[in-house]
Amino acid sequence: MPTDRILSFTVNGEPVRLLVEPAQTLLEVLRGPLRLTGTKHGCDVGDCGACTVLVDGAPRLSCITLAVGCEGARVETIEGVATPAGPDPIQAAFDHHVAAQCGYCTPGFVMTLRHLFAENPTANEAELREALGSNLCRCTGYTKILTAAREAQAIYAGKS
Amino acid sequence: MRQPEPVPSPIGAYARKIDGRERIAGRAQFVADLTVPRMAHAKFVRSPHPHARIVAIHLDAALALPGVFGACIGEELPKRYGVIPVAQDETALALGKVRYIGEPVVCIAAVDEETAHRACAAVRVDYEVLPPVLTIEDALDASKPVIHDYARKPSNVLRRVHQAYGNVDAGFAAAEVVIEEEYVYPGSTHAALESHAALAQVEPDGKLTLWSSTQNPHYVHRDVARVLGLREQDVRLIKPAVGAGYGGKCDPFCTDICSAYLARKLGRPVRIVLEREEVFYAHRGRHPTRLWLKMGFSAAGDITAIDFKAWADGGAYASYGVVTSYYLGVFMTLPYRVENYRFESHRLYTNKPPCGPKRGHGAIQPRFALEAHLDKAAARLGLDPAELRRRNCIEPNTETCNGLRVTSVGIRECIDAVVKASGYETRRGTLGPGRGLGLAASAYMCGALHPVYQNEMPHSAVQVKIDRSGEVVVSAGTADIGQGSNHMLAGLVAAELGLHPEDIRVIEGDTSLTPVDLGSYSSRVTFMAGNAALAGVRPLRAKIVEAVAAKLGCAPEEVRFGLAGHPERGDGPRVGTETSDVSWVDAVWLAEERFGPLIHAGGYTPPKIGSRFRRQSVGPSPAYSFTAQVAEVAVDEETGEVRVEKVWVAHDCGRVLNLAIVEGQIEGCVYMGVGEAVSEEQAYDKGLIRAPSLLEYKVPTIHECPEIVVFPVESHDPEGPLGAKEAGEGPQLSTVPAIANAIHDATGLWLNDPPFTPEKVLRALDRRRRSGGR
Repeated sequence: MPTDRILSFTVNGEPVRLLVEPAQTLLEVLRGPLRLTGTKHGCDVGDCGACTVLVDGAPRLSCITLAVGCEGARVETIEGVATPAGPDPIQAAFDHHVAAQCGYCTPGFVMTLRHLFAENPTANEAELREALGSNLCRCTGYTKILTAAREAQAIYAGKS
Repeated sequence: MRQPEPVPSPIGAYARKIDGRERIAGRAQFVADLTVPRMAHAKFVRSPHPHARIVAIHLDAALALPGVFGACIGEELPKRYGVIPVAQDETALALGKVRYIGEPVVCIAAVDEETAHRACAAVRVDYEVLPPVLTIEDALDASKPVIHDYARKPSNVLRRVHQAYGNVDAGFAAAEVVIEEEYVYPGSTHAALESHAALAQVEPDGKLTLWSSTQNPHYVHRDVARVLGLREQDVRLIKPAVGAGYGGKCDPFCTDICSAYLARKLGRPVRIVLEREEVFYAHRGRHPTRLWLKMGFSAAGDITAIDFKAWADGGAYASYGVVTSYYLGVFMTLPYRVENYRFESHRLYTNKPPCGPKRGHGAIQPRFALEAHLDKAAARLGLDPAELRRRNCIEPNTETCNGLRVTSVGIRECIDAVVKASGYETRRGTLGPGRGLGLAASAYMCGALHPVYQNEMPHSAVQVKIDRSGEVVVSAGTADIGQGSNHMLAGLVAAELGLHPEDIRVIEGDTSLTPVDLGSYSSRVTFMAGNAALAGVRPLRAKIVEAVAAKLGCAPEEVRFGLAGHPERGDGPRVGTETSDVSWVDAVWLAEERFGPLIHAGGYTPPKIGSRFRRQSVGPSPAYSFTAQVAEVAVDEETGEVRVEKVWVAHDCGRVLNLAIVEGQIEGCVYMGVGEAVSEEQAYDKGLIRAPSLLEYKVPTIHECPEIVVFPVESHDPEGPLGAKEAGEGPQLSTVPAIANAIHDATGLWLNDPPFTPEKVLRALDRRRRSGGR
């Protein structure tokens, strides 16, 4: 039997140290002991994107990412996106356009777009769609999500 | 003197939802996000057979595992339940017999999910396998085994409905053209991203609290209490945030009943969260339906008669199947004038997961057939399909031949809007090979006139409380599942009081705190709960008017709400006249001093509309919504791929209450229709689901979703709340036929069996080539 291990990493900028089982996923650790339930489980096998978080700045499906593999990593979740000054422009645009209907897929979409706009602030339409192709939404038909993403991208561009 | 500047009315605005910010922040709490101390986690042992007798269940090895708290089996929960009283055939765990692969047989609670899993794997169940009933043909074959034997006349037909109006034979005799064809509409499933979940806890006073991911708190409340033998008043059902439903969370589920039962049996809270594969077994999706349709047309294109038959493959339990059997036929007399109509439908039992209500419940399948038929008729008669539809449109304030009382009708405006925007009349037939335009129209209901269980009580009630702090609290038993019903309630109440929707706090879906609402199904919430909200707030508004008028010495009719505040005082909206006013809070003080506590509950009961037809008890609605859409498709004749590139959709929602929400509902409907048109199918091999995952069950990603252009049409229904009707289901009805008709324009092929997958398109092209066609 493989034994439990101490995992040290940062989550939303805060250092975390806890005991994890070797088979535990990052999603289980975030939602369980860390109580960060903003990251959702939709399928548990990497098909839907609802569990997307950033690990060292890159989007990862936390339901198929082993927690022990995140030793020393920098993990960002939806809970770390807003600042005391207000929501991120992506969140604000999702709010304004009601791009979050039930809101279950929303954290995953926000994290995917955070990465895209950090990596490729001038992403064109095809690149934007390519990035969003990894997240499923059953409510919106993606229409309001695309509108919100374009609006947020313009705000990001204006900031940088 | 300051000019009064009314606070802009929220009605019709493109505005964020009052509860949007918890969603964008990941702070909305769904059942799976809730934990309570000492909480156990439960999992199910499920049937590997489509049809088998349970001989013995061996639990000893499972119960002996460390960390296992206990289990339950069907014999412990023998009371049959179901939302429709005439068809209560379900138990949370199989009782004596399993009826589909994936049916829950045992539920085991343990210290964590992993342990519960291991315990389930240690359970042994002995089965005596029975021959399965897997198809419509099987279900109609009297020599096959009967799936349910509790009925007086055991059979695999849950319900047969037969209705006839006018003189159908004379209608066909008068026809210039008669078209008769068969269609096969596939089963599909909701695939809401949040799986079904429940958390149950026995409180210190012995009462039960159950958090459930449900669309229908009221029905789950009733059934859980009944099955567990509790008084309803001792069960508190709370619906937290729900990760959407689309009809898939209308029934009480094994999660609800087993968590509640085990919490009492084990003396500790129990949470059950279904895994994705299990959601496919829970199903309640679209009925796979075989359709036969015969329609007669005059030379000018008038519909002279409709004869229609449907056989719906319903799976192993009734769910809302009795309702399905009516919805399959009732709406065929809308939105076109039909004098002679006959239909017969069968809702059948088979050994597969139960079908139930999915967005556009029962009306999607026949609408596909009817709208495809209209294009075929237009082609035969040499008429423009838009013109053929226009000339048959019903007028406002009419009664259909099957006794539906129709008030507002915006169907012509819908057709005109999409025909114009898409260039349908000039572009159709000119886009070249592999590209085409298709039109379809439809109608849907705004809630059912009659309740599912017999009673004379309101279908919706909404309580409004205004207190001296100035806060307005709206309490309703409604279930916001993402469609925006919380915002709808806040918007209507805010509009009456001159406040902003974000000033209104909405408490919903808690059977102990909120008055009863029947639930989020049949597109009833805006119409019924919206009217109840207005009935709740208007008497309070009248009290405030009277108190303020007395204070200001003006006539009550002079009092206005939502006057601009004094910026230097920062005290927000004011109440009064052009010359004198009081702050909102002062207005509330005056009214409370004069009248006592400002609390009122309003209700909505549908009007008593007598029908000439006594049997027409399922289908009539207080109002109907209307839709027209044009789809533009590209068909690759090499690969068979159908790409839906753009959809123009106009929907008569009566009145837009929030434009962003209305557009979002319509876009979501079209999206779900595109999935059913091109890729989604819940298919089986010998009773085993072929694609029980989000990888294999092909929901459209952003790459498959077309550009969607929405045109809201406002027909101002005389009985809708501020004129509003539904927008959350109706728009899906005409998407699939619009795409089918567009494929015909692109290829000349009539495809009668969605989804229009590459295999089907290539097969149809091949058939045509071999028969010497184009």
